[in-house]
Amino acid sequence: MTEQNSTGISAETLIRLSAAQLAEKLAAGEVTAVQATQAYLDRIAAVDGQVNAFLHVNAEEALAVAAEVDAIRAAGGAEAESLHVLAGVPIAVKDLIVTIGQPTTAGSKILEGWHSPYDATVVERLRAAKMPILGKTNLDEFAMGSSTEHSAYGPTRNPWDLDRIPGGSGGGSAAAVAAFEAPLALGTDTGGSIRQPGAVTGTVGVKPTYGSVSRYGAIAMASSLDQIGPVTRTVLDSALLHQVIGGHDPRDSTSLPEPLADLVAAAKTGNVEGLRIGIIKELHGEGYQAGVENRFNDALELLKEAGAEIVEVSCPNFQYALGAYYLIMPSEASSNLAKFDGVRYGLRVLPEDGPMTIERVMGATRAAGFGDEVKRRIILGTYALSAGYYDAYYGSAQKVRTLVQRDFDAAFEQADVLISPTAPTTAFPLGEKLDDPLAMYLNDVATIPANLAGVPGLSLPGGLADEDGLPVGIQLLAPAREDARLYRVGAVLESLLEAKWGGPLLAQAPALGAESLETQEAK
Amino acid sequence: MSTDEILSFEEAMEKYDPVLGFEVHVELNTKTKMFSSAPNVFGDEPNTNVNEVDLGMPGVLPVVNKTAVESSIKIGLALNCKIAESCRFARKNYFYPDTPKNFQTSQYDEPIAYDGYLDIELEDGTVFRVEIERAHMEEDAGKLTHMGGATGRIQGADFSLVDYNRAGVPLVEIVTKPIEGAGSRAPELAKAYVAAIREIVKNLGVSDAKMERGNVRCDANVSLRPHGRERFGIRSETKNVNSLRAVEHAVRYEIQRHAAVLDSGNPVVQETRHWHEDTRTTTSGRPKSDADDYRYFPEPDLVPVVASREWVEELRATLPEPPAERRKRLKADWGYSDLEFRDVVNAGVLDEIEETIAAGASASVARKWWMGEIVGRAKAADVDPGQLGVEAATVVELSRMVEAGKINNKMASQVLDGVLAGEGTPEEIVEARGLAVVSDDGPLLEAIDAALAAQPGVADKIRAGKVQAVGAIVGGVMKATRGQADAGRVKELILEKLGVTA
Repeated sequence: MTEQNSTGISAETLIRLSAAQLAEKLAAGEVTAVQATQAYLDRIAAVDGQVNAFLHVNAEEALAVAAEVDAIRAAGGAEAESLHVLAGVPIAVKDLIVTIGQPTTAGSKILEGWHSPYDATVVERLRAAKMPILGKTNLDEFAMGSSTEHSAYGPTRNPWDLDRIPGGSGGGSAAAVAAFEAPLALGTDTGGSIRQPGAVTGTVGVKPTYGSVSRYGAIAMASSLDQIGPVTRTVLDSALLHQVIGGHDPRDSTSLPEPLADLVAAAKTGNVEGLRIGIIKELHGEGYQAGVENRFNDALELLKEAGAEIVEVSCPNFQYALGAYYLIMPSEASSNLAKFDGVRYGLRVLPEDGPMTIERVMGATRAAGFGDEVKRRIILGTYALSAGYYDAYYGSAQKVRTLVQRDFDAAFEQADVLISPTAPTTAFPLGEKLDDPLAMYLNDVATIPANLAGVPGLSLPGGLADEDGLPVGIQLLAPAREDARLYRVGAVLESLLEAKWGGPLLAQAPALGAESLETQEAK
Repeated sequence: MSTDEILSFEEAMEKYDPVLGFEVHVELNTKTKMFSSAPNVFGDEPNTNVNEVDLGMPGVLPVVNKTAVESSIKIGLALNCKIAESCRFARKNYFYPDTPKNFQTSQYDEPIAYDGYLDIELEDGTVFRVEIERAHMEEDAGKLTHMGGATGRIQGADFSLVDYNRAGVPLVEIVTKPIEGAGSRAPELAKAYVAAIREIVKNLGVSDAKMERGNVRCDANVSLRPHGRERFGIRSETKNVNSLRAVEHAVRYEIQRHAAVLDSGNPVVQETRHWHEDTRTTTSGRPKSDADDYRYFPEPDLVPVVASREWVEELRATLPEPPAERRKRLKADWGYSDLEFRDVVNAGVLDEIEETIAAGASASVARKWWMGEIVGRAKAADVDPGQLGVEAATVVELSRMVEAGKINNKMASQVLDGVLAGEGTPEEIVEARGLAVVSDDGPLLEAIDAALAAQPGVADKIRAGKVQAVGAIVGGVMKATRGQADAGRVKELILEKLGVTA
């Protein structure tokens, strides 16, 4: 152990460091990986009873990996030199991504107690970088939702206001990072499941270019839309994590063969001088909360002051994107979720009476194992793919998809990066939209076009809305494979905003759990 | 099980014109599966050749096996098909426990090969062209074994066992266009077509092509229409007809059954039929209609398979000689008559004779052995001649022993029995069984003297010039020597002794 190197950084301070800052202190020997990991585990123990971000905490393994990193550092030499920059920096993993040694539930009863016999490619890469995995985070069942209320294991709560939703489907990852229960997390984004939770929790979330991060081991909702990405507190942290998990994977046929440009360098050398930033006419204004619009306009002002040229672009087909998405996504999901039938793994429910045929066992298992939102989408997708309806629904939706892609192509002729609010509103109260699927779906109106076109998107905190004091997200979009541009612009906007706020937005978040008690004692 | 009415084949043919169609599934012999790195091996312990992809575990993704694509292109080229420059896989969605993902990844509207043909030579030499609609790639399902119950089918079974070793094995499905004009030769054509497909994929080296292992499986579609009518009748699809004989019988039976249904004034039901080898009949499976909805859509986890023209031409250049052309060449090389050659082909010993000649036998000796000795034994054992276990080298050794006068043909036949009984090499068997032509003339001459003395009348006839009467004396000598004498030499010695020239 390297106790003598410890400078006595308090756990409270430690958990508030960005991943990049923590990595520096680990490399400098100012703190050990075990200390950092233990600090996060303690934080989870203290506050997760309120937040419910974690479905499983992986303390033993995380500490073992941390101790291994510390031992390598202590021994010095070539092995210590070759440690990854994020070695020893803990991370949380959305429970849609399979891991050996921990359960993977996808937020569903149908996979309760299931342990994957293999690691997702991104998890292999975390392990190769020797990043301790703190545990698995909550989500809407099979990533279907925008509030994490559709988890079979209870909702996650927004650390900014425990009576509000943390966004979804990756509410667990976003809340864990926002509540300082993890410095980094992995999410998956099919229609906004990384970016929208990022927006409503005041964190950074990135949906990479489709194909730039392997999907192998991410339980598929909609294969042509799903993408794994980083959930962090800073733009630089996202770039660091994106580089760990990204790159070609022969096990994913849709994986891009060529690597992306250096994302960390882009985040470090942020510069918007002379860059054309396009406001998407259709993605703000009507339907967007006033406080969201205000923070969006503030961001535009700052970028303009920093030397960016703000232009307006029109993407007329985006108005059809939500409709197309809600045909393509459920169509693919209805097929992807067919494998959950009780035959080979997971839940098996026998019919209460009547003949014990395989069809009836499959039916009983799926009836008991899936929640309402999952069933809704399976039914919708099954219908959309049916003979006689295929052309009208799935076929038309694919045409819209092409039109959305063309809108992006045209927009990127006029602008280097596009900008919009990430979500139309701030976090809404738990339960408010649970019985109104259409209202729930509208949360993703600004994030869905990027998934349909495969282009990358980043959401970063834009400040607090005037009317409710809750975080607002700003979304940046770039052409496919130009993820570096997001980091370049995002880092600039982040530093301008933080200068304005006098520090990270999350410093303004209310205290939680033990922390709130401590604060009271100090008073 | 109710028995269907049937008409005699002749009567059916008088009234109706059959239209056929075949879907032949060929299992490729790639090292790994269609979409996973698990081994593609037949006959292993159940559920050992599987990984997370084959089991449809959460989160897995398929990756197309490049060798399987190559094999599919080769099959397409051998069937004179066009090869798609780019084609996609699709998902065929249905719930069944032999399909781990509850969808089969298959090609739907974009097959890798399409618009081909195959010229089929019937036994009498007539050539019939079968048009190929398409050949597409897909994955095999697992194997279900239904335990308990009377029928061995899932209905009524107590429980079912699933072996996923076969799940994901690469398949190429070859689909014909409707085959018209075969008339009464339809059953024969059906058999010859499937035999030709089997021969082609075996010759290409892309499949083990063993029908008894399910490497080549045939679904046979049959419909009838009155003579002179253009519109097709309603078809039945007889599933998994898995031997050449069964293909012929199933098509014949279905023609007879359809004819009886049509004669009764009822419509034929569009359905799948199950073939029963024991009764040589079919029974109704599930009704099949166009309402079967598999909700096909393009497989989003795979990118299109792109077959560049360069690659296709490279593969074309590696194709072996087509079986029909090979036959033409071999017939000329071997100098067999039309009849001799057709017998060889029909007996299924072309490869064996070629190997035997390559091992050093003359074409006529090789034919004599295979057609004269081995085919008959195979028929008695109810196996293909090639599967009897006779090596080309054995045939060559036996024929050399005969030519050298070491043993005679009768003994050689006994030695072959010994080889098949596993008694050792021909040489060992000759030794062990004490078989050897008596070549010392001394004992032979004694036997000849005895034989001549026993049949003086015959000896006189021979002396008088009736040389063909020598057979009776030779027979006596052979009997006395218990068949060990070289009959040719015996004859020579007799004639010499009697002063007669043959």
